[in-house]
Amino acid sequence: MAKRYATGTLAVQDVGLTIERGDFLALLGPSGCGKSTLLRMIAGLDAPSAGSLEWADASARRDIGFVFQEPTLMPWSTALRNVMLPLELAGVARHEAEQRARHMLARVELAGFEDAYPRQLSGGMRMRVSIARALVTKPRMLLMDEPFAALDEITRFRLNNDLLKLWQDERFTVLFVTHSVFESVFLAERIVVMAPRPGRIAAERRVPAEDRAAAEFRTSPSYAAHCREVSHALSDAMAA
Amino acid sequence: MTDHELLPEYQEPGFLGLSTTMWLRILAPSLIGVLTLGAWEWAVRYYEVPRYILPGPILVAETLVRNWGSLSVSLGITLQITFMALAVAASLGLALSVLFAQSRIIELSLFPYAVILQVTPIVAIAPLIIIWVDNIQVALLICAWIVAFFPILSNTTVGLNSTDRNLVDLFRLYGASPWQVLWRLRLPTAMPYFLAGLRISGGLSLIGAIVAEFVAGSGGRASGLAYRILEAGYQLQIPLMFAALVLVSGTGIVIFLALSLLSHLLLRRWHESAGAGDRR
Repeated sequence: MAKRYATGTLAVQDVGLTIERGDFLALLGPSGCGKSTLLRMIAGLDAPSAGSLEWADASARRDIGFVFQEPTLMPWSTALRNVMLPLELAGVARHEAEQRARHMLARVELAGFEDAYPRQLSGGMRMRVSIARALVTKPRMLLMDEPFAALDEITRFRLNNDLLKLWQDERFTVLFVTHSVFESVFLAERIVVMAPRPGRIAAERRVPAEDRAAAEFRTSPSYAAHCREVSHALSDAMAA
Repeated sequence: MTDHELLPEYQEPGFLGLSTTMWLRILAPSLIGVLTLGAWEWAVRYYEVPRYILPGPILVAETLVRNWGSLSVSLGITLQITFMALAVAASLGLALSVLFAQSRIIELSLFPYAVILQVTPIVAIAPLIIIWVDNIQVALLICAWIVAFFPILSNTTVGLNSTDRNLVDLFRLYGASPWQVLWRLRLPTAMPYFLAGLRISGGLSLIGAIVAEFVAGSGGRASGLAYRILEAGYQLQIPLMFAALVLVSGTGIVIFLALSLLSHLLLRRWHESAGAGDRR
């Protein structure tokens, strides 16, 4: 698959990637390596200039949630109404939409903040609302475009933990774009390392589930080892 | 993970529920006003300025009260034109800017003409309109509308075009119809811009109505506030002229305050411009 912009810039070249159902896959790479472009093509927001996307189940194509770099909330709507939006656009009855949105807000630890407006919420809480909005339709695939890049490290760690818990409970497929080695190792089972100019896949690493199951994974030696390995893969990719 | 809390809204405690800044905002201009009026009254008395040159504020106030009966009728007529012009300008401006937002071609074709309408001085075209349109009320309405229309159109157009691109993508992702994008995304985004335009247009529609009345009044066919000013001028009833003038300015201020309040009430929950302490 490839993407060339109207300006002639080749954003992504010869990318071949198979995503299995239930994967937690991180796209790791420096800025400008086309990872966001790839995500947008998978979401159907941009069309590939060459190649194609194939879905094992065609109905899955529309069955996605997307989390942007920014929370991207409607400032004129409360947290609850923001989360209800995808359901309302899909024509779900208002009462049911509200029930499901309330439930989803509780899942992201925001029970009690249904009537708060985005500007009353902190950056981390806004991102939680954004995640709740993406998950409220119970999508089979969650696409996340550097969602925590703008948050401070403490907030980011908490959101990482909570996202992992949500994924372990629900087992939707996650495609997580990031430029942080640590974040990718902590979250993802498959880490796809991308290289820039033109964007392409350079390597793939795996973090087995049993490693992650270790208590205090973030401070364990196995976490450090995986981080070192992925860092090497990343610097090789950038040198190549 | 229950240690979330709402960000505190900026609020200063103060006397009678108003913050120190708010008191300053009210008291400082009031003090200047009282001092100016006092100096004016004193100067008029001290230098014995004849009332047909410059009446003192007390005499103006007396005249205003004494002639309230006839002045209020004129005020009513001017207000009627003003509000009708503002209503037409708001609805037509909104409708046209929505049309512009739907089609770039329509916007590019029509916007220059809106600009022409805006930059042509109303005083210059008002006589033509009054000649062409038989019904004087309608002629006045058209003049006031021309002046008031543009800020709403241009502001709302900017607002409709400044929608968050990611939100547009999000709506696309969920298969929203163009109607849903307009109604649930573009119009709310444009709301603060529209209201800012409305605040400008409120004052402009009053000015437009007054100017048109002046032009028509010289033909002796209208009886709005502008006509009272003209009439008083011809008869050298300068205190009456001032009284009518005070009414015009007062009306302009009230319109501005009312529209500012409307804007504040509609936006205070979510828009930065309506934050506590930021009000202009």
